Formats: sequence, C-alpha cells, structure tokens
Amino acid sequence: MKNPLKVLTALAATATLALGLTACGGTSQATSDTITYWASDQGNSLDDTAAKLKPSLERFTKETGVKVQLEVISWTDLYNRILTAVTSGDGPDVLNIGNTWAVTLQETGAFEPVEGALLEAVGGKDRFLQTSWSTGGAEGKTPTSVPLYGLAYNMYYNTKMFKAAGIEKPPVTWDEFVADAKKLTKDTNGDGKTDQWGFTAAGASVSANSHQAFVRGLQNGGTLFDKDGKPTFDSAPQVAGVKQFIDLMATEKVMSPSDAEISQGSQKIDNLINGKAAMLFDQSPLKNFDARGFKDWGVAPVPMMQAGATGDAGTQSHVAGINLSVFKNSKNKDNAIKLAGWLTSDAEQVALNKAFRSLPVVTGASSDAAFQTEEVKSKRDALANHALPMPLVAKEGQMETLTGTAIKNLFAKAATGTVSEADIKAALEDANNQMAAAQ
Amino acid sequence: MSHSALDSSPAAAGSQTVPETAGPLPENVPAPKARKARRSFLPYGLILPAAVLEILIHIGPMLLGIWIAFISLTQLNLTNWLNAPFVGLQNFVNGLNPESTIGQAFFSTVGRTLIYTVTVVGLSWILGMAGAVFLSSNFKGRALLRTFFLVPYALPAYVGTIAWAFMFNQRDGAVNQILVDTFHLFGEERPFWLLGSNSFGAMIVVNVWQLWPFAFLMLMAALQNVPTDVYEAAAIDGASLWQQFRTITLPMVRPANGVLLMVMSLWTFNQFNIPFVLFGASSPKDATLVSPLIYQNSFGSWNFGLGGAMSVLLLIALFIASVFYIRMVLPKGADND
Repeated sequence: MKNPLKVLTALAATATLALGLTACGGTSQATSDTITYWASDQGNSLDDTAAKLKPSLERFTKETGVKVQLEVISWTDLYNRILTAVTSGDGPDVLNIGNTWAVTLQETGAFEPVEGALLEAVGGKDRFLQTSWSTGGAEGKTPTSVPLYGLAYNMYYNTKMFKAAGIEKPPVTWDEFVADAKKLTKDTNGDGKTDQWGFTAAGASVSANSHQAFVRGLQNGGTLFDKDGKPTFDSAPQVAGVKQFIDLMATEKVMSPSDAEISQGSQKIDNLINGKAAMLFDQSPLKNFDARGFKDWGVAPVPMMQAGATGDAGTQSHVAGINLSVFKNSKNKDNAIKLAGWLTSDAEQVALNKAFRSLPVVTGASSDAAFQTEEVKSKRDALANHALPMPLVAKEGQMETLTGTAIKNLFAKAATGTVSEADIKAALEDANNQMAAAQ
Repeated sequence: MSHSALDSSPAAAGSQTVPETAGPLPENVPAPKARKARRSFLPYGLILPAAVLEILIHIGPMLLGIWIAFISLTQLNLTNWLNAPFVGLQNFVNGLNPESTIGQAFFSTVGRTLIYTVTVVGLSWILGMAGAVFLSSNFKGRALLRTFFLVPYALPAYVGTIAWAFMFNQRDGAVNQILVDTFHLFGEERPFWLLGSNSFGAMIVVNVWQLWPFAFLMLMAALQNVPTDVYEAAAIDGASLWQQFRTITLPMVRPANGVLLMVMSLWTFNQFNIPFVLFGASSPKDATLVSPLIYQNSFGSWNFGLGGAMSVLLLIALFIASVFYIRMVLPKGADND
C-alpha cells in the first residue's frame, strides 16, 4: 500500500461498494416485462396459495407476455410489509390487501386511484357486487383498491356432534346459540374434565376479535364510532356485545380456556374437525375441511339477537374480503394495471374463487355452477343482506388493533381467572382512550 | 440504537492505533515533503470507509430516529415524511404524562423491564459462573459438556423461542404434560404459562436459557487466565473453596465481569425477539417490556412519533447508565490493554 495510487484505488473501490450497497437496498421492481405481485395467503399454506395462483398467472403471461414475480405473504406479516413498502416508496407493482385496511392505506396516498386506465381495465364499477365495491376506499373519495375475493362470516358446525346432542337444526338467535352450546359442552370420557366444547374461536387473534367487537356491538345497537367519528368502544351496547362474546368462555363456559392461546384461525377449525368443539364463526374454513377430507360439517347464518332482525341489528358479518391495489410508484404501471384487469375478469374470478373457496366479486362470475352450493349461497346472503363494511375511517387499522387486543387480553383473563362487566368496560375504555389520543 | 455506547469504544480505539501503526518510516527514505503529505492522508484515508459506513449504518438512522420523535409521523404523511408537521416536545409530553393511559403504560413498563433485566442478568451470571468454575477443573467428558452447554447460544434465537412457545402451550405443551400429566402438580388444573402473570416468569426462563451460555463462555475464557499456583498457595494456607472463589476467582475475573454484565444488561433491557415470538405483536400486560411497547406504539397504532420519543428517552437513559458504568466500574487505562 505504499503507492498512493493503489491506496486511492482501494479507497474508491471501497466507497463504490459502500454506496452500491446502500443503493440496492430494495430494488424489487423488476424490468419492463416482469412485474412483482404480493398475494395474501388465501390457501392452506403459502405454498398452497402459490400453487393455486400459478395457473392463472401463467395464463396471464401467455396472453400478455408479461411475467409475474409472485410472493405470497402470510397474514401476520402482510400489514407490516405493506407499511414498509409505503414508507420507502419501494414495493411491489400489484398487491393484495385486507379490504378493511383499504381506507387506512388510501390515506397514505401510496396506491393508484381506481380511475382512468385502471378503472377501464377492471371494466367499470358496475361489474362488481356493490357491497364489495364499497370497501375500496373512504366514502366520497376515489377508491384505491378493487375487490378481488369476497368473504363473509358464517357459522359452521359439526353435524355429528349436533346429532349426538339431539340438536336438529342450527340455532338462529343468540340465546338459542348459547343454549345449544351448553348442550354440546360435556365430559365425554368421564374423567371429570370437560373435553368437548360448544364453541371455539381464536381468542388471541386480534383481527378476528375486532370483527366480533364490530358485529356484536351492532347487534346490540352500538357502533364503534359515533356520527362525528369519535370512538365509542366503551358505550353500553358495545360493552354488552363484547361481554356476550367473552362470556362464552368466562361465565357460560362453552368455550375452552385453551382457546385464549389460539392465534391462527386454522387451529380453531382443527378443533371442529377433531370433535373438540362443535361450532365456530369463520369466513372460509372449506379449504381446511377439503384438505383434511372432513365431510361432517353444516353451515348456518351467524346467530342474531332476534330471529329475522334486519338493518344494523341484523348484522352477521363485516363485508369481508380481499382487495387488489396497484402501487403508485410502480415503474411498470401499464402492466400492473393489466394484471389487475386480468385477476378481476369473469373467467379468472371463477377459477380463483373456486380454488380459494371464496365468493366472486363480479356479478358475471357468480352464476357459475361452482357458486350454487348451499354454503356459497349462505355466504352470499350474509354478504348481501347481513353485512356492513368495517368503519371506513382512516384509523381503521388502529381500531382493529386496539379493540382486538382488548378482547384478546380479556380472554386471557377469563382463561386464568374471572372477568367482570367492570373489567370489560375498563378494557374497552382503555382502548377508547388510546384511539382518541391517536386521532 | 443501544449499541452506540458499545460501538464508540472500539471505534475510538481504532482511530488512535492507526497513526501509530502507520508511524515513523525509516530515516533513509527520500523526499520528506511528499512523505509527510502521504502520511497525513493515509491514516484518515484508511479509516474513511469505516467512518462512511458507520455514519450510513449507525449514526444516520439514529439521528433520523431522534428527528422522528419531534414530528407527528402517522400513516397520513408516511410517504411524505419530510413534510410531517413538527410538534416539538408533544410526543414526549404524551409519552411521559403519568395521567394518561400511554404514560402510565410507559412508566410501569420501564419499571418491569428493570426488574426483568436484573433477574435475567443475575440468573444468567450465576449459572454461567457456576458452569465455568465447574468446567475449569479437569475431568472426563469436560469437552462434551462444554459443547452441550453452548447449544442454546448456538441455536438461532427464533428457533429456540418457537420451541419454548410450543412447550409452554397450555393444552398440548411439554411443560404441562410433565408437570400436570406426569407429576400431577397444580391440582390437575393445567396452568397457562403464556397468559396472565405466569407469562413474565416464562419469558425470564426463556431468556436465561438463551443468555447464560454467553456468560459461561466469557467467564470460562477469563478463568483460563487465572494461574493455578495462586489456588495452590491459597490451599496450602488453608483457604476453603468458597474463600478461594471469593478472594481469588472473583477479583481475577473482575475486568471480564464488568464488560459481561454491561453487555448482558443492555441486551436484556432491549429484549424484543423473545416476547415477540412468545406472545406475538402484543404482549400480556404482566410481561410487556420496553422494546415491544415501542413496537406496539409505532406499528400497532401507527404512531411513529410517540414510538420515536420513547426510543429517544431510552437511548438517553441507557447512554447515561453506560457512561456512568464505564467510568465507575470498568478498570481504566493501562489495565485494560
């Protein structure tokens, strides 16, 4: 290193390397004939989802010559991955989002508004089911996402267990539901411990809990936000609604305390398949039933406070589903828009929703024979007549986190001790204060 | 960010040693003027790449983090964060206000994290010391045990913690199978280890399991440097094993101990992986540590300004603690070299 020239060359090389390293921090946007697509995990596993998406993407490549680099992202990571992409401005060209995040993500301004070329590519809003389309963004604003898969909560039950307990038809009202759940909760092997439960839920799943806070609140005459957009998580009807849900474990004892540790929806579905629990609320357990060859299931609407309730009190589900967005920073926007159009086309909607056991979001695909089963009809009825979108507010993500976590902690408390109405009120008040402080 | 206090010392040492090694050239080299110019450039040139990388990787993000604490950064202005409104000390006021839900959570969490750190570091040190002393005497199978003890440290942190999460599962976990099914403890009630107040203890167990091999490794290395004749002399003078440990072993490993305790404390105070893998994004109230709380405030509620303010407060607290510790406890100057 005595030669100064050598020293300089070495330094220059090092500096170039250092700069090069920082420059290539995340060049996920690919060359002109390739686009990146982040898909949510709609199958039984990441691999399963990828395998089910592949034929559709291959047809797209054949048709347009555009290659798609697919990455399936698990639900636990998706929100943070999107957040990182939004922050850095460096993300995929096309991505799936949970439709309840649509407004929150719309506010970031990172997604392409659905107008002009994009609106044209997806064939205009009239092709879509209007309940699903309404989740694309805040009311009165140009949406930044289009529906891709439609989902709704239904009640699924184990028919063998119903028969054994002498229950002839699924419960319609909440009271009937609790009564049936009690009949189904028992000690089957005589060791003095309950080993079969009436109901099961993923008590540690923040998002699933927040959906119940929403639905149970509405059924009891409450809302999560008042007309001025102020959070009302701790209003009397909201507390009553959440209490009904927590009480399944805390006072009615029809839900196993172990459920407080379940964070994945598939674990509660296993409980139903294995005969450990008889009923559950879920959006799409059929892919799990299929994978396990489980046939002894039935489907019914989520129970309501009164039979035949309509309007807010008749809510059984939020308008669930997956939406598709085009990243505004995409360097390959024309092709990204083409993919959005492709995935929402009638033919691909049939193929994809058949594979993932979800509902087509375009009317043209709904008439396909695959979507005429009782289960699909039940889901469609829930979506069309008994579903409201989760609050379309900018801080929806925070609302889900705060209410869902409060319920998760209440289940934990119920599993390890007792939960009073005051505890529930206090937990929701806490969440409400944090929400108000963040607004 | 917590690494800054540690990182500064080797960097400073490096900058001192470079001129020395590049030091006076032999007298017979011609053209002293050119030599002088080259000499004054060379040391700086040599540390330049390191300095550039240090700024890019450590200092830059740290300053950015401090800046975030003074702005209102939410999802509304994330993509355009340079234009996020400056709010001065508002984030600190929100985070520190003992009347507010967020402030209360912050203070109780700091207290809990301190207890957690003292417990984990204390237990890890005791186990590590015991293991090191035990393995410093020569016996058959020593090498095997030594390797065995290091397994938790060699396993990737996530893998080990996921295994613990399975074992602590209330319904099917190995812990309850052994305690309840085999030994019939807890009156046949299966306790929850990852919910409620037990979660704090469970987290301590996992952390000690993961940390103690590090203490063991460092202390074993330090013990190798204690000459055996000192012990022999003490034994002849009639010193008991405990006296030997207290008056010979402990003072001899003091320099290693000083660094070890500081490093372990900083790691433990900032622990994030273990609670995140055991409990998910939101820890039970009884087991929330500071880093997961900052994460929850930043990513759970997308309030990055508040998360940034909490981080800055921690940075300052840890920095002061580290400086105080380094000046008071660690041996100074020549002893160190």
